[in-house]
Amino acid sequence: MQPKTIVEKIWDKHVVHQEKDKPDLLYIDLHLVHEVTSPQAFEGLRMKGRKVRRPDLTYATMDHNVPTLDRYFIKDPVSKKQMDTLKDNCEEFGITLADIDHPDQGIVHVIGPELGLTQPGKTIVCGDSHTSTHGAFGALAFGIGTSEVEHVLATQTLWQAPPKTLNVKVNGELGKGVTAKDLILAIIAKFGVRFGTGYVIEYTGDAVKSLTMEERMTVCNMSIEAGARAGLISPDETTFEFLQGKRHVPDGEAFDKAVQEWKALATDPDATYDATVEINGDEIEPQVSWGTNPGMCIPVNETIPSPEDANSASEKEEIERALEYMGLEAGQPITSVNVDHVFIGSCTNSRLSDLRRAADIVIGKKVSDHVTAIVVPGSQTIKLLAEAEGLDKVFLDAGFEWREAGCSMCLAMNDDVIPYGERCASTSNRNFEGRQGNGARTHLVSPEMAAAAAIEGHFIDVRKYTVPSFSS
Amino acid sequence: MEPIRQHQGLVYPINRANIDTDQIIPKQFLKRIERQGFGQFLFYNWRYDDDGNVRSNFSLNDPKYKDASILVAGENFGCGSSREHAPWSLQDYGFKVIVAPSFADIFFNNCVKTGILPVQLTTKETEVLIANAEAKEYKLTVDLEQEKVYDSEGFNASFSLSAYQREMLLNGWDEISVTLTHEDKISEFEAATSR
Ligand code: SF4
Repeated sequence: MQPKTIVEKIWDKHVVHQEKDKPDLLYIDLHLVHEVTSPQAFEGLRMKGRKVRRPDLTYATMDHNVPTLDRYFIKDPVSKKQMDTLKDNCEEFGITLADIDHPDQGIVHVIGPELGLTQPGKTIVCGDSHTSTHGAFGALAFGIGTSEVEHVLATQTLWQAPPKTLNVKVNGELGKGVTAKDLILAIIAKFGVRFGTGYVIEYTGDAVKSLTMEERMTVCNMSIEAGARAGLISPDETTFEFLQGKRHVPDGEAFDKAVQEWKALATDPDATYDATVEINGDEIEPQVSWGTNPGMCIPVNETIPSPEDANSASEKEEIERALEYMGLEAGQPITSVNVDHVFIGSCTNSRLSDLRRAADIVIGKKVSDHVTAIVVPGSQTIKLLAEAEGLDKVFLDAGFEWREAGCSMCLAMNDDVIPYGERCASTSNRNFEGRQGNGARTHLVSPEMAAAAAIEGHFIDVRKYTVPSFSS
Repeated sequence: MEPIRQHQGLVYPINRANIDTDQIIPKQFLKRIERQGFGQFLFYNWRYDDDGNVRSNFSLNDPKYKDASILVAGENFGCGSSREHAPWSLQDYGFKVIVAPSFADIFFNNCVKTGILPVQLTTKETEVLIANAEAKEYKLTVDLEQEKVYDSEGFNASFSLSAYQREMLLNGWDEISVTLTHEDKISEFEAATSR
């Protein structure tokens, strides 16, 4: 038999219909829904008198607009209306909703895996570009627009052309204090923000195999920042161990049977990709973004690039614009940059292990006088688990705020907004102009690096700290 | 969806790469539950300052581009989030065609579903168009049937779309209706795979 990649195997199992000069009609196993990209889709169904074909394969939550201080007090009436609309739509069309007062509520890409809805081999879509997160489990997961949300609601399928595959192979191992976040930022810095366009990325190599599931989610999450609609990792023992016992995962004999099927999904040894790039994990250092796209990243001990280093006139202009927006000087060490805010959260880095590692840094220390720091757990479940371990106390004692679950300052659609011109060390995934507030200056970092920046008041190489998690 | 076959219009050039969807339409405008009326928010933070005053140094505010319907931009146009509000805002503002050397995948797809024609030309070709439109009032014709872009001064370039996307745009089809003609296949698939 012809060796195949995991992408080809999943694809073949989901083709409903094929005809000449058309994309394939692909079946969708799981459709995740949130309040921002769905109202117009439901309205479209209503206008045509259509139903949701498979409410049982559809799961909704609220995350983008949710307030993180008092979750029941939604100040902005437009936000409130959007949330109420999702509730009404879920009731009308019979869709399960993890509403604001539901214990399972959280960021859509955090709760899917947490509940075991995300499983190897599934096709998963959501009206959200970070749907690639679910690829960590060996699922083919990608973001869609609202028209496609409506299409999936009505038909449980999508017209899709088979994607090209791109192998991103990470050799060696990551050093102490170097995280999955640094890995994905370094990959995007090295290969650029559009190297994945038109591809599905499969992350392979020793450094990827040794990542935990939460770390794999961090990596796959940011595939879209490299231009790839989806990024995935072949499932292995780490995957199965994580899934066992999760609510929507089969148990007992059914679980063993599922594991056999999932194992067979992994890319065959001699399978070929349309393209391959390699990077050495040993060489990666903690990263800090300095500019206005996620490719504009440097190792923490380097200096901010100069427009003079650019390879083209348009790149030169891009660097100049970014420096001006960010209020930075070329040649300045990134460690000399002071921060005003620290945000630990988002679907990239708000899981329990992220919070634990950040807590390891701040324990017994104090947030710098000029810094406002907040921690926003990715889900209500994570919040409760963290509190049971006393992580909330560690953060509160250090001077952090401890908030309710949601997207929060990742895109500042709720009240958590960075004021004009102020600077934030953020564990989120996008440093676009205005992302965290109009005129806000975002620096993307790992949770450890964000925690250390909160304490020091500026960026610092987190490897200068000695903490237990670095020796494990 | 309105069909699009041939379009002639005024070109608005924006010579930047990696224009992301947060720039095309900032998040504070994603809270609306309607599909219409997003044009007023297009490039909001570039068009208006923090107090809502018009930024006169941003080119789209230049009256000479008031009636533009073809936007020409740099590489990787529409990168970032999946928000279809981005093509909705472009369309509602009056743009029917977007030309760039490359597009982000989700954005490209969303354009086709919305009824905006995304045209991929070479970097050289887009540079010519940008230079022309910056220098003078510049009109282009985009012909989807022929997959050609041309002006009255001799510029002539070809582009291509997948056969399926071309059909969808040319006919303005409602994709769900097309898919539902295969409903029996979907049911068969569900039965065969016990879904
Ligand atoms: S946390 Fe940020 S990136 Fe993730 S889904 Fe929410 S807004 Fe999008």
